[in-house]
Parts: sequence; structure tokens; C-alpha cells
Amino acid sequence: MKAKVHITLKAGVLDPQGKAVEHALHGLGFNSVSEVRQGKYIELKLKTKDKKKAKAEVEKMCKTLLANTIVENFKVDLDE
Amino acid sequence: MKAAVIVFPGSNRDRDVALAVEQSTGQPPAMIWHQEAKLPKLDLIVVPGGFSYGDYLRCGAMASQSPIMAEVKRQAAKGVRVIGICNGFQILTETGLLPGVLMRNRGLKFICTDVHLKVEQTKSAFTSRYKKGEVIRFHIAHNEGNFYADAKTLKQIEDKGQVAFRYCEANGKVSNAGNPNGAKNHIAGIFNVKRNVLGLMPHPEVMSDPMLGCNNARRMFDSMVEAVA
Repeated sequence: MKAKVHITLKAGVLDPQGKAVEHALHGLGFNSVSEVRQGKYIELKLKTKDKKKAKAEVEKMCKTLLANTIVENFKVDLDE
Repeated sequence: MKAAVIVFPGSNRDRDVALAVEQSTGQPPAMIWHQEAKLPKLDLIVVPGGFSYGDYLRCGAMASQSPIMAEVKRQAAKGVRVIGICNGFQILTETGLLPGVLMRNRGLKFICTDVHLKVEQTKSAFTSRYKKGEVIRFHIAHNEGNFYADAKTLKQIEDKGQVAFRYCEANGKVSNAGNPNGAKNHIAGIFNVKRNVLGLMPHPEVMSDPMLGCNNARRMFDSMVEAVA
């Protein structure tokens, strides 16, 4: 089973990289763009076939290592 | 005083800080590889600066999960003094020994420069030789030193006197102009509640020998020795 993890900054946390990207997009003429936020995407392959177990395991990974929950949110999607 | 310096793959200020510690204690600290799971009886643990694990994922994230950090946590809980410098500070926040997190600098640039710090808290084993409100010149070299904590945590840090140092201008004015990286409340260094754990972004080991142009930080290491004596 494959897990796809999206890690994003919580609302209200300053994202200078997102701001820089937004600024660059404006420079290229994409003037309708606003609120650019940059995050991380991580793919994992798991041995288990049990979706519930897999989700619980990946969530534990997120809480202990993959995300810093003080400033980041995470979202886990599973692909069979 | 018995001290140890923890060494991770990618640490690069470990030997500098060992020299600074030795200068004040008179004996070289033990250098402990991160895979060790036990520490000898110690008075001080140093988590040095550098780029542990290449700063992959998040600065200090991988190092915080290494076997030695579980032991550092146990020792800190017993009251052993722990100081984390730069990447060491990032590692201590990632382990949860200190509150908050160090984010990317406001200006997105790696900053290597001298800064001025205002001493906020002198009631600790690390800062007893400084005067409250004193302005000292220190050195920073980091890309992720922008201290962040939510409003509730910040209030708690302030209320409990956990701020050790704040960035300021040369005249001591705490302001945005004196803040190099965007840190909340201009925080450069903080303690845990018991004040036996200190994390700071500036590098005291760089400023502990007159031959390097400045020894403003010598008093920090002397304070630690005094606290044990």
C-alpha cells in the first residue's frame, strides 16, 4: 500500500518561502495569485494491506518525525 | 565539572565548543556519538551547532530521534544542565525539551554576522555571571533561527522568566531593526521552566577566546562551572 502525506504550515504561521514565490508569480504577471503557501509532499510504501492500520501507522510517523505539529498540519491519503 | 558534547553526523561546532568548555573547566569534555544510549554521570551536556543529518526534513528533526537524545531527556529531567547551541537549540525544541520551533529566517537568507543581545534572565546556571539588561555582542550563523511559538506559549515563556536573551540594537534597544531573523518577541535564547536547559541561536563558542576578537561568552561557561562548584 502507498501512503501520500501532505505537510502544510498552519494558518497564521509566517511562510517567507510562500511569500517569495507569490512575489515572483506577481513579477511574471500572474496578478490574480494570492496566499501562496509552500509545504512538503512525502510518499511511503507500506507492507500492510489493512487500510485502518496503515493510516494509524502513518499518522504516528507524522506526529513523531515527519511533521512538527507546533507549526504544521498533515494529511494522509492511502492508495491500494 | 564533568561535561559531554554530543556529536551527530553533520555537527561542525562540536570541537570549537569542546575547547570553550575546556577553557573554563580545565578538562576536555567527553565527546559522545549520537548512537550511544547511555551517558556517564555529568554536570553539563552540550548539544552543539552544525547541520545534523544535513538539515533534512526539518533542522534537528532527525537528530532529535537518535538514541542519545532519549538519554539526554532523562538526564535533563533529573536536573542535569543541558545547553543547545544553534542546531543544538533546534534539536532541543524538536525533542520537546524546549518550547517553540525555529523557522526559516524572515529574509530567507543564511545570516552570518555579529549581533547584540540583551540579557533578560540571570537567575540560571548559564547566565549568573551576566547583569540583567546588559548588552553583549555575540555571533550568529544560521538559516533557521526565527523563533516561533503560538501566543499562549509565548505568554507562558515570558511570564515564567524563560527568555534568556533577546536580540537588540547596539544601544540596547529591543526592536525590529535589531532582530536579524524575525524571531517572535525578538527571542535569541530560552530556558525550560526549571532553567536547567538553555537553547540559543548565537554561538558562545565563537566568542570565548580573545584571540578570536572577543570573549563575551567566556562568562557563560564560567557561570556553568560556578554553578557546579
